[in-house]
Amino acid sequence: MTVYLPIAELSVNIFIILGMGAAVGFLSGMFGVGGGFLITPLLIFYNIPPVVAVATGANQVVASSISGAITHFRRGTIDIKLGTVLLCGGLAGATLGVWIFSFLRRIGQLDLVISLMYVLLLGTVGTLMLIESISALRKASKNQAVALRKPGQHNWVHRLPLKMRFKKSKIYLSVIPVAALGFSIGILTSVMGVGGGFIMVPAMIYLLRIPTNVVVGTSLFQIIFVSAYTVIVQASANYSVDIVLAFVLMIAGVIGAQYGVRVGQRLRGEQLRALLALLVLAVGLRLAVELVIPPKEVYSVVSAGLGF
Amino acid sequence: MRALNRIVILGLVAASLFSGTAFSEPADFSEKLDIGISTDEIAITSDFRGADLTIFGAIDGFDQNLLAQGKYNIVVALEGPKENATVRKKERVFGIWINRHSMTFELVPESYSLSSTRDIDTIAPPGDMNNMGIGVDHMRLTPMGYIGDGSSLAEFRDAFRRAKENSGVYQRDPGGVQFISSSLFKASVRLPADVPNGVHVVRAYLFRDRVFVAAKALPLRVVKTGIEQAITRAAHESPLLYGFLAVLLAVITGWIASIVFRRD
Repeated sequence: MTVYLPIAELSVNIFIILGMGAAVGFLSGMFGVGGGFLITPLLIFYNIPPVVAVATGANQVVASSISGAITHFRRGTIDIKLGTVLLCGGLAGATLGVWIFSFLRRIGQLDLVISLMYVLLLGTVGTLMLIESISALRKASKNQAVALRKPGQHNWVHRLPLKMRFKKSKIYLSVIPVAALGFSIGILTSVMGVGGGFIMVPAMIYLLRIPTNVVVGTSLFQIIFVSAYTVIVQASANYSVDIVLAFVLMIAGVIGAQYGVRVGQRLRGEQLRALLALLVLAVGLRLAVELVIPPKEVYSVVSAGLGF
Repeated sequence: MRALNRIVILGLVAASLFSGTAFSEPADFSEKLDIGISTDEIAITSDFRGADLTIFGAIDGFDQNLLAQGKYNIVVALEGPKENATVRKKERVFGIWINRHSMTFELVPESYSLSSTRDIDTIAPPGDMNNMGIGVDHMRLTPMGYIGDGSSLAEFRDAFRRAKENSGVYQRDPGGVQFISSSLFKASVRLPADVPNGVHVVRAYLFRDRVFVAAKALPLRVVKTGIEQAITRAAHESPLLYGFLAVLLAVITGWIASIVFRRD
């Protein structure tokens, strides 16, 4: 059964899209990530124009992050003040990101930059996570305690000025690194269509030393607003949000996520992180191979429409 | 506003039809060509998988002898809306394949389906086909801007044609026009599933013994219908509202999911 995507202007097999959405939803439920970093490359592999894939991926991230955020809100594990500082940086970053996106599209290097950024980001994050989780697994097998946060330990981040007290997180921290983190994630959201949780969560834990219990909720809070903002700006600037594609992905995604969560609960934290690291590396590798092997056709044709 | 646009577009198409065929229409032929299509509008619905379009036509004032000898040939082309198209060429830089060179061709049809009584290169000399721009190999591909010494022009043109034919938006069928009686003919052209929206033009050309005799053109609109059209319109005419709606849809989907699957 085919369905016509009005914005991407092509017919696709609805079952493939449903399958993609469900698979990514399953993985995102299992690992507690938004899944934007999987859905956007998958859509591009399936010949959806990158412009549409990125904008629509951001829309899917909103849906998949909402239910998680609601749960965290009920449990009171969101630091709204910290989230707002992150968000201010995020909105500025997303605005710059959309501008960069339009510029790259105009000069014909958008696909390349999207692929390169994915390879770089997924490669780095995947490798770091793999190293960390393997050493955690080793320690766990020797029955040592696994400490993510080492309290009392300070780094250069804590010597920056403009400090602010975040009551919920029980920390006293400069707003500069927080807003800067939000800003960088905002750029990634609008250029790559990712929520950025897989970078933000480790950065908040290891770099900013924010307590783990508020990290996920707060990052989801920021992700929802920045992704929503990106969707609206992409829709206005590039007309590239395909609501039909997004809706099919969302429906399959939220259902898949429920099953993913159940499987995820049976696995231990460091096992989950090791698996996620392998997945992240696999996606990065797939994109890297695409960049390096000689293409079947060195020429590509784009019309003045969405192909740019 | 939209209706007005459509009228203006049709007017422009009509104007270009006349200017496009007037240049080579000699006065001393008695033959005339007439064509008709069953519809002037193709609707793209949610399950659109391409369509076949049948064009009927007749030769008026033909010469009985020449017709009997099969000296008349007909070419029918369905040209899509014209857009500038950019061809990019990748080159290896530090091990990575990067778009390095590009060439933009001015106003080329986004889709092109050709149907003829036989291979068009046997219907008229290639030079004539080039002049009239009939056929994928003879279509006008005018580069825009600076193209250096022009040595790469041929390779970019070939690449453009190859890409368009491989993706199926340019096609040819050298047996697609058939005579159903002495002077009545039927041509079928294929619209691919990813046919571009907009005003297409059906052009029919009559050749007598390797010489161009007459031409006729009709507009054909390809439009999205129903919900597809409503969505496209919303996305382009009120993008901000559309963006908010897309977000709202995501919020509601996520929210409903969190209620339905609530575990605590």
